[in-house]
Amino acid sequence: MSSTPEITDTAVTGTARVKRGMAEMLKGGVIMDVVTPEQAKIAEDAGAVAVMALERVPADIRAEGGVSRMSDPDMIDGIIAGVSIPVMAKARIGHLVEAQVLQAIGVDYVDESEVLTPADEANHIDKWAFTVPFVCGATNLGEALRRITEGAAMIRSKGEAGTGNVVEATRHMRRIRGDIKRLASLDEAELYAAAKELQAPYELVAEIAKTGKLPVVLFTAGGIATPADAAMMMQLGAEGVFVGSGIFKSGDPAKRAAAIVKATTFYDDPDVIAKVSRGLGEAMVGINVATLPDSERLANRGW
Amino acid sequence: MTSAPTIGVLALQGDVREHVRSLQATGARAVTVRRPAELEAVDALVVPGGESTTIWKLAEAFELLEPLRMRVKSGMPAYGSCAGMIMLADRIEGGVEGQQTLGGIDMVVRRNAFGRQVDSFEASLDFAGRGPMRAVFIRAPWVESVGADVEVLGLAEPGDRIVAVRQGPLLATSFHPELTGDTRVHSYFVEMVREL
Repeated sequence: MSSTPEITDTAVTGTARVKRGMAEMLKGGVIMDVVTPEQAKIAEDAGAVAVMALERVPADIRAEGGVSRMSDPDMIDGIIAGVSIPVMAKARIGHLVEAQVLQAIGVDYVDESEVLTPADEANHIDKWAFTVPFVCGATNLGEALRRITEGAAMIRSKGEAGTGNVVEATRHMRRIRGDIKRLASLDEAELYAAAKELQAPYELVAEIAKTGKLPVVLFTAGGIATPADAAMMMQLGAEGVFVGSGIFKSGDPAKRAAAIVKATTFYDDPDVIAKVSRGLGEAMVGINVATLPDSERLANRGW
Repeated sequence: MTSAPTIGVLALQGDVREHVRSLQATGARAVTVRRPAELEAVDALVVPGGESTTIWKLAEAFELLEPLRMRVKSGMPAYGSCAGMIMLADRIEGGVEGQQTLGGIDMVVRRNAFGRQVDSFEASLDFAGRGPMRAVFIRAPWVESVGADVEVLGLAEPGDRIVAVRQGPLLATSFHPELTGDTRVHSYFVEMVREL
């Protein structure tokens, strides 16, 4: 925006509060994967709080194979120009330059994502080094805390992207919440051993034991395909929902998108969920995760 | 009003919990509002930070938009931060096509005026003469212009933009006091509610 004023020395960008605060504003909302400006517009019209710009939705990445990378900046620009809500985009795990590029073109959040092919098998990105905030996936509390230690300002449970099957999202949400509850039951001496076990800094572990929640917002992702799926994740403790292939791989994306938004807000009201679940047309065709070989499970990427 | 007022937080989307916590810290009773019946039961309302397009769509879909407008029109005190400021504006710029607000404050608010998330910032400012406070701005709007009955309560250093206003029982800020643990803005609002 050309009219943006210079930020003077009393104003600071990119603080932890500003990065984490952005995720607080997304709470109770749905973030939708989109591959074109037209899809982004449909998502915005349906009430999405943000869109994730990518070249192929996870279901297609899964089907087509090959190395999956950051999207073309032109394509992301087109989506940024097409909507007024925040635009997120994915960088490969450990690919600091993809993340630098995404920051340079002005995306609002970078997803260091296991859905893309990892670029570094030992290190995730040092996310403190960026002004743009990062969201990272996690399957358990230790993984979430390692990402937060590296500077992630938002966590999403990984689930199993591109399957339309909510079972892994359920597993990861229950696991993260269960791990947090367990911490809360430990005495101080036991927290040192817990920190070692979680491979996370003691201070962070002690803080979570005390507060009973992550210091950043926790969303869910990976396999959410219906309004009831989204509402269940909210009941399991998610603060919001990412929907990937579930919307634009379904029969009536605009209607399904709006229905998932409504079910996320009224996640505890079965009458509303029943009402919005009617007449949505076909859901995406799912994959039985149990039949997926380990090598095809995206949640195993990252550590 | 003698007993502790009941203040609702519009809970369609956004940082509802932070506002509930800030209100409780001032001694107010805070409840969430998602339905018309819940709106009827509150003395005042906070519209939280979040996505204004999402909050508008959900308010419309769940038949809250008109009841909200009626309450605001009939003098219910309300406070909006960020997206909430947009919702309380009579006129907005940079909205999506057809975007509706509740209105109430005679001002023009520009959505995402300070820029994208990489431009989001925190800065110190004086709110209503109550001393400097740290203010967090996230893809924040600013107030382009105000009518004669609107009192300006705060300016942000970058560009001296208007970022806090009051008109009668309505209060709005571009920034998010609910994120900092500083309860002075919420205390100011609760005092407003008690006075009215």
